[in-house]
Amino acid sequence: MDKILDITELENKAKEVRKGIIDAVYSANSGHPGGSLSIADIMTVLYFNEMSIDENNPKWEDRDRLVLSKGHCSPALYSCLAERGFFNKEELKTFRKLNSNLQGHPDMNKVLGVDMTTGSLGQGLSVANGMAIAGKLDKKNYRVYAILGDGEIEEGQIWEAAMASRKYKLDNLCVIVDKNNLQIDGTTDEVMSLAPIDEKFRSFGFEVITIDGNNILEIMKAFAKAKTVKNKPTCIIAKTIKGKGVSFMEDKVEWHGKAPSEEQYNLAMQELN
Amino acid sequence: MLEKKVATRQSYGEALKDLGYKNENIVVLDADLSAATKTGIFAKEFPNRFFDMGIAEQNMISTAAGLATCGKIPYASTFAVFAAGRAYDQIRNSICYPKLNVKICATHAGVTVGEDGATHQMIEDISMMRTLPNMTVISTSDDTQTRWAVEEISKIQGPVYLRLCRLATPIIYENSNNFQIGKSIQIGEGIDATIFATGVTVSETLKAKEQLQNRGINVRVVDIHTIKPIDKEMIIKCAKETKRLISVEDHNIIGGIGSAIAEVLTEEYPCRLERMGINDCFGKSGKAEELLEYFKIDSKAIIEKFL
Repeated sequence: MDKILDITELENKAKEVRKGIIDAVYSANSGHPGGSLSIADIMTVLYFNEMSIDENNPKWEDRDRLVLSKGHCSPALYSCLAERGFFNKEELKTFRKLNSNLQGHPDMNKVLGVDMTTGSLGQGLSVANGMAIAGKLDKKNYRVYAILGDGEIEEGQIWEAAMASRKYKLDNLCVIVDKNNLQIDGTTDEVMSLAPIDEKFRSFGFEVITIDGNNILEIMKAFAKAKTVKNKPTCIIAKTIKGKGVSFMEDKVEWHGKAPSEEQYNLAMQELN
Repeated sequence: MLEKKVATRQSYGEALKDLGYKNENIVVLDADLSAATKTGIFAKEFPNRFFDMGIAEQNMISTAAGLATCGKIPYASTFAVFAAGRAYDQIRNSICYPKLNVKICATHAGVTVGEDGATHQMIEDISMMRTLPNMTVISTSDDTQTRWAVEEISKIQGPVYLRLCRLATPIIYENSNNFQIGKSIQIGEGIDATIFATGVTVSETLKAKEQLQNRGINVRVVDIHTIKPIDKEMIIKCAKETKRLISVEDHNIIGGIGSAIAEVLTEEYPCRLERMGINDCFGKSGKAEELLEYFKIDSKAIIEKFL
């Protein structure tokens, strides 16, 4: 990348990422806008500020890696990759369509820049552990990021993985929990509460940082702090708003997995412009 | 066949250690069963490349996937029932779909696990693993073949399921000179019947072959060590050359090698196949040899087919 973006530029970039999300979901007439929008700011900071990656050398061995464990939020990942130049933004309009590289859930063999195929919830933290262990074995300095949903962490495998993150002292691992408080059947508190999430991760041996996950500056500071943590993994609890950035989608469970109508699409794009 | 008996899990552990010296990308994961799966032999030699993931098989399998994305060649081991069964979705979505280079080496397959009983006797794994796209499925019959397979599968770029057993069985092969993934091994030229077998049932079938020979019945044995991709040519050849086809396996008759052979025959050369295996029921506690007899997959049951 040519230059480091400042906060205003990152905020603008996040708007572009959100537009890409809406474009993709609208074109597909299906997909998951709510959780994609909630992580748009985190993903923007990762792809335009934090991660060391090279769009011209997507498989660069020393690159930082990201596992989007909540794989249904692929629109956010695709939008960031397109914005970063891994593929043409026009391709976002092929999302979820027959023969598109942009599968409903990310496929590492179809899209350059996707570090792991995900979709079945609960597996991404384990995969990220594997990447982080490999980095330690090879004495490489790359960092591994894993984005989990706050509903997703109801999967038992997440906690199996959390045990291993501590056992192997994976200080090159940074977990982000997208705490938007909503899952398909209702609020996370109604469906299967894991509160307090921060204490759970702390008791599993993580350094825990709680932030406003839709605030660019707080996200940047959290990643910077995570890099100073030694001998244990970090978990950033990112308090976000599902559907963030599109007023009528914000904090509404029905926008977990549906596409906007033409009218709603136009309205959303107006708000993001 | 030699008198000396070795369990394929033992051969696995020893071969894994040898492979560790040859290829530094080999890493091994286990789920608190390294003494039983014999990965402990590797662990002792290469402690930094061995990862005991505790009693958490799903995490073990997905962690192996992550290691594979970074160029490692993970061998992940636990009992077959916990690998193919408990971690099925992880194998499907984290390994097979992205075609990652993970070797799932599952020991204690089949009813020959013995005394532990039905919960630990995996009789559906061949079925489940061979239905997964991108997966290669191997089931070895003796020490020589297992040692060969452990190294050979490291050369396959992609997921492999290697099925191993607890029961010590006779050494069948002197060397592995002509072994090839995807090519089954024909033993004998008899034309009265072909008996297809895999894993522990190969030595049982060879015992039956000898005794049938004394009665003037000449059968050939085909050791199907690679179940996927299946050796179609061999199956068709034997269907053409022999009067009778039988399959024997320590696995449910639904979905195992009998089914795989039947799939080839129905499409390529329709004829009758008699399937011997666990007859769609769960296993039970007992000595391995007793269970082979009880479930009628031992040499005696094979011989009875001809009486």
